[in-house]
Amino acid sequence: MIGARGGRLAGGALLVLLLWLIVYPLVLVLIEGFRGPGGWTLDFVRLFFQHRNEAQALWGSLWISLVSVLLAGMIGIPLAFLFARYDFPGRRVLGWLIALPAVLPPLVGVIAFLFLYGESGFVSLLIQRLLQLDQPPWALQGAGAILLVHAYSMYVYFYLLTRAGLATLDASVLEAAASLGAGRWRTLYRVVLPLLYPALAGAALLTFLTSLASFSAPYIFGGGFRVMTTQIIATRLNGDNELAMIETVSLTLVALVALWLLRGSPVLDHNAGGRKGMAPARVLVRRRGARLALGVLGWGLAVLLLLPHLTLLLVSFVPLGTWTTEPLPPAYTWRNYLTLVEDPVRARPLLNSLWLATISTAAAVGIALLAGILSLRRGVPGRRAIEGLLAMPWAVPGTVFAIALATAFSVHAPWAGRLVLVGTLWILPLAYLVRNLPITSRAILAGFRSLDHSLDEAAATLGAGRWRTLRRVTLPLLRPAIVAGGSLAFVTAFGDFVTSIMLYTYDTRPISLEILSSLRQSDVGVAAAYGVVLMLVSAAVFALGADRGSGG
Amino acid sequence: MTFLRLEGLTKRFDGTVAVDHLSLSLERGEMLALLGPSGSGKTTTLRLLAGFEVPDSGRVWVEGEDVTGVDPVARRFGMVFQHYALFPHLDLGENVAFGLESLGMRGDELERRVARALALVDLSGFERRRISQLSGGQQQRVALARALAPEPRVLLLDEPLSNLDPALRERTRREIRELIHRVGITTVLVTHEQEEAFDLGDRVAVLQGGRLEQVGSPEDLYAAPANEFVAEFVGRSSSIGVTVLGRSDRGVRVAVEGVEWDLTDITPPAGGDPPSGPALMLVRPEALRLLPPAAGALMGTVTVRRFTGSASLFTVITDGGASLEVTGPPRSVNAGERVGIMPSRRSGGGIHLFPRGPG
Repeated sequence: MIGARGGRLAGGALLVLLLWLIVYPLVLVLIEGFRGPGGWTLDFVRLFFQHRNEAQALWGSLWISLVSVLLAGMIGIPLAFLFARYDFPGRRVLGWLIALPAVLPPLVGVIAFLFLYGESGFVSLLIQRLLQLDQPPWALQGAGAILLVHAYSMYVYFYLLTRAGLATLDASVLEAAASLGAGRWRTLYRVVLPLLYPALAGAALLTFLTSLASFSAPYIFGGGFRVMTTQIIATRLNGDNELAMIETVSLTLVALVALWLLRGSPVLDHNAGGRKGMAPARVLVRRRGARLALGVLGWGLAVLLLLPHLTLLLVSFVPLGTWTTEPLPPAYTWRNYLTLVEDPVRARPLLNSLWLATISTAAAVGIALLAGILSLRRGVPGRRAIEGLLAMPWAVPGTVFAIALATAFSVHAPWAGRLVLVGTLWILPLAYLVRNLPITSRAILAGFRSLDHSLDEAAATLGAGRWRTLRRVTLPLLRPAIVAGGSLAFVTAFGDFVTSIMLYTYDTRPISLEILSSLRQSDVGVAAAYGVVLMLVSAAVFALGADRGSGG
Repeated sequence: MTFLRLEGLTKRFDGTVAVDHLSLSLERGEMLALLGPSGSGKTTTLRLLAGFEVPDSGRVWVEGEDVTGVDPVARRFGMVFQHYALFPHLDLGENVAFGLESLGMRGDELERRVARALALVDLSGFERRRISQLSGGQQQRVALARALAPEPRVLLLDEPLSNLDPALRERTRREIRELIHRVGITTVLVTHEQEEAFDLGDRVAVLQGGRLEQVGSPEDLYAAPANEFVAEFVGRSSSIGVTVLGRSDRGVRVAVEGVEWDLTDITPPAGGDPPSGPALMLVRPEALRLLPPAAGALMGTVTVRRFTGSASLFTVITDGGASLEVTGPPRSVNAGERVGIMPSRRSGGGIHLFPRGPG
């Protein structure tokens, strides 16, 4: 049992821990970027502005992200309306398939696209053959390729958030508009879209920040096209450490500006309108022509969405070096999967990713629970700071955190809170933990907020102490939130590429890096097999999260 | 001159009949309350009127124009929703302006009309308030102003008072009644509370299972219920099985648990005397009186006494096992005492006999 003083102490300790893990490394980056051999300097900033490459990379990141938001919105929003408003054959199955891109970790999605639309990908070869071209019909490179992957993997944000927003719309608000003489379009832009604004702004922000932080697609497909995430890594490998710091700062600033611009989504008070009512009923599409068109459109879309997954599966059964120019592989084998289990060198990354993801998720859940108890239940001083810090890594690109952690934990200075962790087993779990904090704490703090405080009071009047209340009442009720946040965090850590590439050691190399090295050795079968494993584990954990999460 | 006419409206949902051949007529400026328990079809009826549902059969006429298939957008029926359905992202003035803008109104004219509508509900000068800053009662008035501003042909109110706390209801009811009479708009309102229906409706239509049981003034419904359902649903009453013996020179003679009463002043359901034989007797509490146990009185034991102010309401379990409610002077008897029950000398039409088939 912790008294009020204990609570304050614990709150203080948590605050210090978060400051040390999240803010301190970023501050160190800032300092290093402005410090030369002779003290404080703006030399590196000047350098940054002098290089054309730098401006190009920043501009590249910016416009790719903006166009990604546009594309993802153009795909996701209409789909959400279609699935929320209309009923047609296969709607349920399709509604499930449509979220599939979410189970492809970024790097896996990218290699699946490579197998599909790359120089010797299925679709490219097929079209080349059909049209009897001498060369592949296109090169999967540059901005177009990056945008393709972004649109594919990020429309899901718009789709899911718009659907969630539509589900909370009160049907009577729409009926009110109709009875006041507003037609379909006027209702859409005067009532529905404004009410969806928080959902749409949220999706736009999520998409923007994700594309800004996107690393796998530009890394694999970028070619000569520069974006800031890959530029940072290149500069760093080049040894221009301080310039890399300035680049990191510039990328962070763009992310923070985006966050600030979209922060202004009006906080709607739903007491007046929705919530109490019922969501509008779906309209069953009855006209035969329309049903047919929707069916064809829907299933065509499903095939398009599923193609990357299927391709990955197919390629994972191709023996090394057997498939060259045929449209379909001539031979199949289990060999690639057996290798993952039998060859200790190849099995290692699988185990690594498992334990790394597990402990970082467990730690993130633990911290989020502690934060929930201290800030929402006990109301310790500094609770706003705790909540703000937990959410912060969400806005900061993974590359930035990787650089920040690599900077902070490469020096032995215990009195300054710095240890040498780079090159050890502990840097990756720490990095995953920091990246997972926003995901878990978002879900778990929301869970805490939705708990009825009178349940605690009821437990107290029934003689349950704080621990018993926590164990018997609070935690069981939080289970859906814990499972949801935890599974999302696990999947993110399990497939992580962007922080791993900066911080891994040979002993902690995760799956994503093994995929990359298999690709480099042209061992596409094994790369695909790893990809399939990532995909299946992600899907299984998501399914568990959806199942258990709602059951509690 | 009939202004609004519902003609044989029928609506089914997945095979169950929600509204069953419902026909009603309203005069211009009349206020009709649709009263019924949940599932009686009253809300569906309102939605059929608004055009949110299309009837499987039947028609809706306004001033001789068939509007059955007219889209709600073009129907010009104003509606106040149960939870008001105010647009939370628009301020108060914008909410009220919404319907006027649909009519193409802009500029000064628009502002004037918004101001007039807000003045109507006593919210002048509140144009720039946010919806979330309003109390429940104010939100309700905004909803009314918004519905009335475009001067609709008919006003529809869905459970207008259910979202307000009880202390506020009576005052709001009075305000709504005055406002609607001042505007003079033909109004249909839905409620499951009899008091609300009686207070607001010029006439009340009682619905059950999608069918119209009776329509009439509140006084008519109370004094002359058409059937058992209306008698039980409208006003307080209790029932007991009796045998009708026939007409005596002092009224209708019935046998009830071994005693015989002559009922003066009873209201037969459809004129004429009730047929002899088994019947259900429905009695208002004020149509019975308590007296010390005596010959000719129905014997029973008081189980509950509830003080209601000017009188008390006693629940008496008769020796035959029926439960009757009787009003009497506040402290006349205590729970547990034996009493006799007789019809009041002036039952005031509070006793109704409904024949019962054998079994």
